[in-house]
Amino acid sequence: MHIKVKTTQFDNRRKVIAGIILVSALLLLGRLFILQIADPSYKMSAQSNYLRHITDYPTRGLIYDRNGELLVYNEAHYDLMVIPGQVWEIDTLEFCNLLGIDIDTFESRLLQARRHSRFRASVFERQISKTTFAAFQEKLFRFQGFYVQPRTLRKYSYPIATHTFGYVGEAGPNIISNDPYYRPGDFIGISGLESAYEEILRGQKGIRIRMVDVLNRDIGPFQDGRYDTLAIAGQNLYTTLDHILQTYGEQLMKNKRGSIVAIEPSTGEILALVSSPSFDPGLLVGRQRTRNYRSLQNDPLKPLFNRALQAQYPPGSVFKIVNTLIALQDGIVTPSTSFSCSGIYHTRGISIRCRSHPSPVNAITGIQYSCNTYSSIIFQNTINQSGFNSIQEAFTHWRRHVMSFGIGRPFESDLSHELSGLVVSSDYYDRIYGPSGWRSQTILSLGIGQGELGVTPLQLANMTAAIANRGYYHTPHIVRAIGSPDNQNSDVQGFNHIDIDKEHFETMVKAMHLVVEEGTGNFSRIPGIAMGGKTGTVQNPHGENHSVFVAFAPVDNPQIAISVVVENAGYGSVWAAPIASLMIEKYLTGEVKRSWFEQRVLEASFLTPNP
Amino acid sequence: MRPQFNIFKDIDKPVIFLYLLMISIGWLNIFAVEYTEAHKHIFDLSTSYGKQMVWIITALLLGAAVLMLDVRFFTSFSWIIYMVFLVVLVGVLFFGVEINATKAWFRIGGFAFQPSEVAKYATALALASWFSSIRTKTPDMMFRIKAIAIIALPAALVLLQKDVGTTLVFGSLILVLYREGVIGGLVLFFGALAITLFVLTLLLNEFIIIGALGLLTMIIAFILRKKVQAVLQLFGLFLIISLYVYAVDHIYENLFEPHHKARIEVLIHGGIDLQGAGYNLNQSKIAIGSGGLWGKGFLNGTQTKFNFVPEQTTDFIFCTIGEEWGFVGTTVTIGLFLALLFRLMLLAERQKSVFSRVFGYSIISIIFFHFLINIGMTIGLVPVIGIPLPLISYGGSSLWGMTLMLFTFLKLDAKRLDML
Repeated sequence: MHIKVKTTQFDNRRKVIAGIILVSALLLLGRLFILQIADPSYKMSAQSNYLRHITDYPTRGLIYDRNGELLVYNEAHYDLMVIPGQVWEIDTLEFCNLLGIDIDTFESRLLQARRHSRFRASVFERQISKTTFAAFQEKLFRFQGFYVQPRTLRKYSYPIATHTFGYVGEAGPNIISNDPYYRPGDFIGISGLESAYEEILRGQKGIRIRMVDVLNRDIGPFQDGRYDTLAIAGQNLYTTLDHILQTYGEQLMKNKRGSIVAIEPSTGEILALVSSPSFDPGLLVGRQRTRNYRSLQNDPLKPLFNRALQAQYPPGSVFKIVNTLIALQDGIVTPSTSFSCSGIYHTRGISIRCRSHPSPVNAITGIQYSCNTYSSIIFQNTINQSGFNSIQEAFTHWRRHVMSFGIGRPFESDLSHELSGLVVSSDYYDRIYGPSGWRSQTILSLGIGQGELGVTPLQLANMTAAIANRGYYHTPHIVRAIGSPDNQNSDVQGFNHIDIDKEHFETMVKAMHLVVEEGTGNFSRIPGIAMGGKTGTVQNPHGENHSVFVAFAPVDNPQIAISVVVENAGYGSVWAAPIASLMIEKYLTGEVKRSWFEQRVLEASFLTPNP
Repeated sequence: MRPQFNIFKDIDKPVIFLYLLMISIGWLNIFAVEYTEAHKHIFDLSTSYGKQMVWIITALLLGAAVLMLDVRFFTSFSWIIYMVFLVVLVGVLFFGVEINATKAWFRIGGFAFQPSEVAKYATALALASWFSSIRTKTPDMMFRIKAIAIIALPAALVLLQKDVGTTLVFGSLILVLYREGVIGGLVLFFGALAITLFVLTLLLNEFIIIGALGLLTMIIAFILRKKVQAVLQLFGLFLIISLYVYAVDHIYENLFEPHHKARIEVLIHGGIDLQGAGYNLNQSKIAIGSGGLWGKGFLNGTQTKFNFVPEQTTDFIFCTIGEEWGFVGTTVTIGLFLALLFRLMLLAERQKSVFSRVFGYSIISIIFFHFLINIGMTIGLVPVIGIPLPLISYGGSSLWGMTLMLFTFLKLDAKRLDML
């Protein structure tokens, strides 16, 4: 046993082995240096691994009418979501019992979700009931891969004022890239009040940072919630709308194309804003929104088009009031200055027809009978009056007066997508006829509210409110208070004075009262209510004339000013005036006594598609 | 047998110190993984750290027992121990239980025992015994073949258990064969070359590699153009290597199990299939990488605490060290292994008997392989092969096996002057 084998020839191999060990250790250390010191990305990954940023969505603000009636609110829905890749050893039977589905349905839905994506959430069951939700909430931790996503959807107490409310939809890529507040899947007001008051209605999202383990189980708040922010609920809007009047207006406008705008003259508060045809605001909520939107978009009657703010019509005869006011103010005529009307007005090759009515006419009877001759003469005399160096100057003077009624520019209060209307400047005629190529007769049609004029129904109503106020108006607006009913929405309360003497307005108010009592609007007189109004019958290239009427009441203490446009319905006195009178009766007395009168309007239909 | 009054007499203190330090570090990190606010007793047997405490105490008793034995026990009974473990390895194939797709375990109560961990020890003893029996200066071919067979036999049995990791550990004993002159440096070189080419072939098109090798061969042949013999050998070598490269795809596609292939692909291509085969590696790298220089601090690891890294107490315990103790902690750990390995080499080289030296190098090879592969796999240097980090990972079998090996060697070293 005392034989010792010498292996000296291999002794230097220990150096090779030591070298291998050393090089290996250095390799490990080098790699560790890269991982732990040089490359910061792993630190980020560790954070995103165990921190979950949970967004708390605040409830969207509610919308009320002027009398505190709730119009728009939220309803909570719970969608059961699944991430198929995380579904792990769940008690399928219990799960199915809770949900009230059978195993086959379970399997097929899971398969469907898996086909969509293994790692992204799919909806497993949409809008589960509150009781199911409660039962699930308790046991959710046992159903790996499933979670409940609360969502709120807009609900509407009445199917009215769709255009005014607007709608809420998912924020698109443009919005998301421009505003860091919005993330994919977030909701945003897209039109109407929802859009104009988006930041007030939406409130402020809250973020909670939670720690989760590998199975996505909630471990608790990160750093005891030090970095969490609370969600701030959206604020309520208290609108100026009267929901009864609004509803009534929409009923009256059924099967008609056009609009009604009613304003409280003393405040500029919009009482009703009707655009017809309309649709149920509930159509643009939830899952069916995109499909419904598309079919509304393709509807030839253009229900998405908010005529009250976006339709621009020549005002027609109702504009004669403005022209007469300007002529009175400029001293072109006095209230008693009379002109005779032979049923047709000729001037330098142009003739304008008039209806038969007593002659001669002055400022009051001119309005009462809507005399084209009277209006043409005073308009020409206004443009041709001395004291101006050129027709351009005189026209600009006239135009400034017209625009002081709120015509030709947007009010920019709180109504979205409002159009400005159109009152062209003298440059326009200079371009067409040359600076010395046009005369007062060239633009004569402006005298009777036709030609290069565009006025929106809102502007018509506001103009009427200004007349009812005898010379001023408050900027029309639709939200009177924010947050609480007492918190006045001061942003939109502008006061606008019209540079025409009050006495001239009194003259016109008298004339308008006569229009209803004994003139063109006589048919629509409301027993017991002193109403002022003016008919308009607007020629247009799209077929039958538009029926227009503006009115206010009571004459001595106006509480409502209104404009009604019924497209392609003919004379203003026949359709627009009755609708305005019904609205006023409803608003001032709370009920309509002239039921046959009402019935006639309700049954009328003018829905021939636009050519 | 002489009575032993002081079993620690002549025992190498640095190794004992390193051993105690490393099992303590191991226990602390296992504790860190399972620690919860609802603090439980450290002996709570429902937790890994509680069980590991039991394993540590039993391992220490085992170590003391080993030191009390006479050295002649190991030299005389080495073959019997080897045979017994061969039988046990066969037995586990029939009577064992399957854990993690590996049929390598006996279950006794709440504890599972893996015979292959101790079979490494038995093999080291047998190998030492075989080399000490040599009587000639240069071992003949038959001797070499039998030496390889001693390693291959248990390795094959472990492979039947589908435990590739442990099989490869037996392969690490090639280092012993190299040290003892059974195989030459060329074998190591060609082995390394074969692995390199294997990986390169999976990365690149095989024809690109063959083309590049061909170009290299031509250049060398041009340099050696005067020596006809060498040029012919060179071309022969090129032919063999080309065939190998060509065959790699076939070997890989047909001989590798799908999950092995997945692990290799994850390693080579990186960042793929993060929810599947790449998940372990990715989470492991995130854990270690997020530790930074100083780490997140003891018990503050988020990756390991929230179970993002699988098998954190066993194969991936290094993640906890990396996450909670940072680069400083990982460097210290690697330093401890280097210190242990070099100390063991120093001890092995000072042995007078072949038995002790061969046994010493066996355990050096085994510890080194575990160390390299385990840490390497957690940081994406080698494929994920499930073998534990010696003395640190959770697990009784592994700790017992390592303790047996280390203390047996320490005993041999203490008696080195008495032996032979």
